[in-house]
Amino acid sequence: MPSGSREELLSSLKRAQAEHDHLSREAMREISRSLDIPLGEVFGVASFYSFLSTRPRGRNAIRICRSVPCYLRKSEVVIETVAGEIGIGPGESTGDGRFSFDLVSCIGACDAAPAMLVNDDLHGDLTPRKIAQILKSYR
Amino acid sequence: MPEQRLVLEKCGVVDPDDVDSYLERDGFRALEKARRAMTPEEVIAAVKASGLRGRGGAGFDCGRKWEVARRAEGEETFLICNADEGEVGTFKDRFILENDPFTLIEGIAIAGYAIGASRAYVYLRAEYHRLLGRLLGAIEQARDRGFLEDLDLKVCEGAGAYICGEESALLNSIEGRRGEARFRPPFPTESGLWGCPTIVHNVETLMNVPAIIARGPDWFAGFGTAQSKGTKVFSVSGDVARSGVYELPMGSRLRELVVDLCGAGSVKMVQLGGAGGSILPARLIDTPLSYETVLGSGGVTVFDESRGVIDIVHRDLEFFADESCGKCTPCREGTEAMLEMLGRLARGEGVERDLEALVDLSEVMMLSSLCGLGQAAAVPVRDSLLHFRKEYQDRIEKSLFLRSIQGARR
Repeated sequence: MPSGSREELLSSLKRAQAEHDHLSREAMREISRSLDIPLGEVFGVASFYSFLSTRPRGRNAIRICRSVPCYLRKSEVVIETVAGEIGIGPGESTGDGRFSFDLVSCIGACDAAPAMLVNDDLHGDLTPRKIAQILKSYR
Repeated sequence: MPEQRLVLEKCGVVDPDDVDSYLERDGFRALEKARRAMTPEEVIAAVKASGLRGRGGAGFDCGRKWEVARRAEGEETFLICNADEGEVGTFKDRFILENDPFTLIEGIAIAGYAIGASRAYVYLRAEYHRLLGRLLGAIEQARDRGFLEDLDLKVCEGAGAYICGEESALLNSIEGRRGEARFRPPFPTESGLWGCPTIVHNVETLMNVPAIIARGPDWFAGFGTAQSKGTKVFSVSGDVARSGVYELPMGSRLRELVVDLCGAGSVKMVQLGGAGGSILPARLIDTPLSYETVLGSGGVTVFDESRGVIDIVHRDLEFFADESCGKCTPCREGTEAMLEMLGRLARGEGVERDLEALVDLSEVMMLSSLCGLGQAAAVPVRDSLLHFRKEYQDRIEKSLFLRSIQGARR
């Protein structure tokens, strides 16, 4: 039986995250109340998906592909360069709230390897020089 | 053999943002033919006669799937297009969505008519969010021209989880749940989305439908081999000169794809179908690509002689250990155990009995995992041990020797 409110959970979580950078306990409690879904289940869904975060993140999400096709094209250098440029390691966020940085599974840009996503933008054929320029354009 | 573009025929030819450019190239004629001149049963019969099978990796007979869904009893029947392309090295569906969303929409509309669906979803992976606008624009234009009158077609976006490309996990995700695999039976054709009969097809599968209806099943069945009709779209990357998307008739040889078209040199091995795909050593490079032999999702990763097999397989398992949904024990624990052993082998701390343990574990995972993820995770381990066991043994012997020297020094 199609149940309307349950279907809206994922999109509600995404909307809440877009507004506040991450899913706070209060935001999840609010969604739990409005959709009448237990808080534990809301948290279960929020913590399952890699594009949702229950911890504070930076304004710009950097996601570097660490799967094999990018690895063959030296994604290690990309990871090192990004870490050097913004001064944090994978899984961390910068103190000024500008960037968060994660390593992710294949993003389907193997023909432009090594590649990364910054927010929803794809950047491929990365070189250290290109990376520095790209990061400058995100405030 | 040169490329044969059936699925990609209109890619680069039509303007993906303008339905008129698609209509000028006979766009939506197949849908009109199906609706005006054929009953849903006749459409199903045509697809069945064409021999079309699923292009996402499992290769199930499409006509039979449609038949079961049409006959299944339920409040309504759902159609889902799986655009959650997550297999490592696979980007063919991205290429299709970028270049020709209209043929996909036409294929969805024909399939919806055949199985009697009034609601359909495209499940788009979050990593492809940048393509959402184009897809929604194409759906809107098709609707404005009256091609989606009987079908409520929506796009549902994922949120970053490889497992959601697995059809039962995908259904859970649309329902707003954790993307965990479901026990089967019941199969989605009988009990899928909200318990209703549901058909899930890969993007490429649905792309084949308009041409089958327009030109007839015999024309389609004229391409390919006995059990594999039509063409296959491949995305090739890794150690090649020209990575990209290529379409070849089923039964074409791996060499034609990776050497002739993509310009690979000194090939050591090729992995077909993502991190969980079969690994073929260079001596098998004349293997034909078909359901009878080896095919996968279409992702092809080429490795040259400079690459170490343990390193690659270790990375494959890193992927699976990370992406396992955690619901069933063989996959959740098995991928971690394999990762640990392969890590030791890669670091030079492996021992001979690790190899036997890996073989045993891969058998257990293939037999007992709940879904394709855990079953596939074992494939690169099994294949690499079959074709490159000596490389594993050499690494173990070398590391034993190095450890013995270090021991002597102490």
